[in-house]
Amino acid sequence: MQNLGIRAMFEGKNFQRLFQGLFVTVEIAFISIIIASILGIIIGLSRTTKLKPILIINRLYLEMFRIIPTLVWLFIFYFGVTTALNVDISGKLISIIVFSLWGAAEMGDIVRGALQSLPRHQIESGKALGLSYFELYMYVLVPQAIRRMLPGTINLATRMIKTTSLVVLIGVIDVVKVGQQIIESSRFKFPTASFWVYAFIFVLYFIICYPLSVLSKRLETKWNA
Amino acid sequence: MSIDWDFIINSLPLYEKAIWITLKLAFGGILISLIIGLLCSAILYFKIKGLDIIVKAYIELSRNTPLLVQIFFLYFGLPKLGLSMSANACAIIGLSFLGGGYMSEAFRSGIEAVRKSQIESGLSIALSKVQLARYVIIPQAFSVSLPSLGANCIFLLKETSVLGAISILDVMNVTKDLIGMYYKTFESLAMLVVVYLILLLPLSILLSWLERKVRYAEFGN
Amino acid sequence: MVENNSDVLLDMQDIHKEFDNKEVLKGVSISLHKGEVLVILGPSGCGKSTLLRCLNGLEKIQSGDIKFKDKSIVQKNTNWQEIREKIGMVFQNYELFPHMTVIENILLGPLKVQKRDKTEALTQAEELLDRVGLLDRKDSYPRQLSGGQKQRIAIVRALCMNPEVILFDEVTASLDPEVVREVLDVILGLAKNGMTMVIVTHEMGFAQSVADRVVFMDEGRICETSKPDEFFNNPRTERAQHFLNILQY
Repeated sequence: MQNLGIRAMFEGKNFQRLFQGLFVTVEIAFISIIIASILGIIIGLSRTTKLKPILIINRLYLEMFRIIPTLVWLFIFYFGVTTALNVDISGKLISIIVFSLWGAAEMGDIVRGALQSLPRHQIESGKALGLSYFELYMYVLVPQAIRRMLPGTINLATRMIKTTSLVVLIGVIDVVKVGQQIIESSRFKFPTASFWVYAFIFVLYFIICYPLSVLSKRLETKWNA
Repeated sequence: MSIDWDFIINSLPLYEKAIWITLKLAFGGILISLIIGLLCSAILYFKIKGLDIIVKAYIELSRNTPLLVQIFFLYFGLPKLGLSMSANACAIIGLSFLGGGYMSEAFRSGIEAVRKSQIESGLSIALSKVQLARYVIIPQAFSVSLPSLGANCIFLLKETSVLGAISILDVMNVTKDLIGMYYKTFESLAMLVVVYLILLLPLSILLSWLERKVRYAEFGN
Repeated sequence: MVENNSDVLLDMQDIHKEFDNKEVLKGVSISLHKGEVLVILGPSGCGKSTLLRCLNGLEKIQSGDIKFKDKSIVQKNTNWQEIREKIGMVFQNYELFPHMTVIENILLGPLKVQKRDKTEALTQAEELLDRVGLLDRKDSYPRQLSGGQKQRIAIVRALCMNPEVILFDEVTASLDPEVVREVLDVILGLAKNGMTMVIVTHEMGFAQSVADRVVFMDEGRICETSKPDEFFNNPRTERAQHFLNILQY
């Protein structure tokens, strides 16, 4: 019985479709991370100002995305924004918007943390050596800031990829949705398909996320030592 | 835009019921996660051959896969093997599976924060590994682990938003149904947000307070 | 400081130890008699602390033998817990447990490991605390004490286990100069009472007054062993002379 179940994945174009779904998953995460990084750097830099209103808004923004679950945000945008603005936006676009906003908030925090942890005397010794502002940033501060940001960023990327599994719940055809479709269509031919398909998707996520988390750990030990 | 307050008031009972379900499931998941986490870190601390590899594999698997896929597997996949479980059972098992890995890491980071010299000091007065854990490591590890443990609890409570996907009548499903049936999108979403704020803000503040208290008691600052 | 020629408590034979493929102890042999105070001197990195830490199992040796009372303690089935009751250690950074009071720190071993009677252990602890002048601090926490006080408490903690040997690993290295004396006085007192000790230190004056024998190590080997006066006034080897010269200004 089990053997028949696993064959459901190799039936016709199923396997190919699974990977297409996986591509959608990774695509959403990837685009969101890029947008989030760009926005995040701006937000992170803005958090070093002394202007109280900016700091408060930033803090509120971050806390809102941290306290409210991502799925709720997906619902808010998917049901709320489309009704309010009377437009029909694809689930995929909504996902990218929500993930970018969430990612930007988190990246902003990572950037701020990295900037604040830079030793101040580096700036002074740099100036003492006669470096211009530009040289100071490019050769001393930016490389160090990037090092401190990288583990957190990779960790965020991993979390984002796992969270993209939620987009199936707002109708996006990601790998989980494709899996469900395969299971549906195999209902009679391969009744045990659901076991194998979900197990396979489980493994797929692991294969993508585990190397990232290993990389993050390795970078952390390498650069902290 | 006017807010339909009657609608909100009428929907409160539904939300209340859903909140209880969410809280019960979260509580069960958190409790079992803590137990799993303790077991796992004990196994790693005592370096029990064979089991420690399984624990390490478990931690990586649980932390690198999404809850949604885990509960889909439990709820839709396992029955095909003859193992049918209620949605609530799948929810708690899923949360525990996910949470156990995170709790274990939180305990481990606490244990590792205890300086090697403290451990040597304990060894020098002839403490056994168990006594070392009980009198030297755990008291010192606790205040280090607490922030992570608390953050994990909040994380698990947030993850319950996913459980609606296996037909549990949680606040997400209530909101979806209300929107679908009455088209009161704004009111329903607003209530949803308020519910999560009520659930999570107090917890977050309680956690910060607890952290400060423990740190003071431990080290006097 | 009585030296008993008959009783060899600790016997180290040809000890080899390496760290990360680098040999740190290259064949060290020495024996310790009951009641003897052995002081190990040497430049940084010569292996003196490592040697000390091999004696109570904090470091493992690759080859050689260590015998405690004629019984080898570096076997696979050595019960280090038992041995550590008899071979105590005091560390450079005192390492008291921060979450326990002074008296709790001291009584942890006697009560939980040795399972002694509470009143008896408490009496001994208080008597020892009194001897080092810290009885009034018995309910304080380590963070409320100075370095010198903490180190004296650490010594009391080790003593309360009734060990047969105490190892001292650079115990005054982290202390302010003014308080070094109070700790050294305690150790001198122990020596006068016949406690067997192995001391690693760089306090030369102290070494000269407390030692029965001085062991000079360099690069993982014992260069010279002699009586303290001989060593400090007339070192035999060139390396020892060089070492002592550096310390004169």
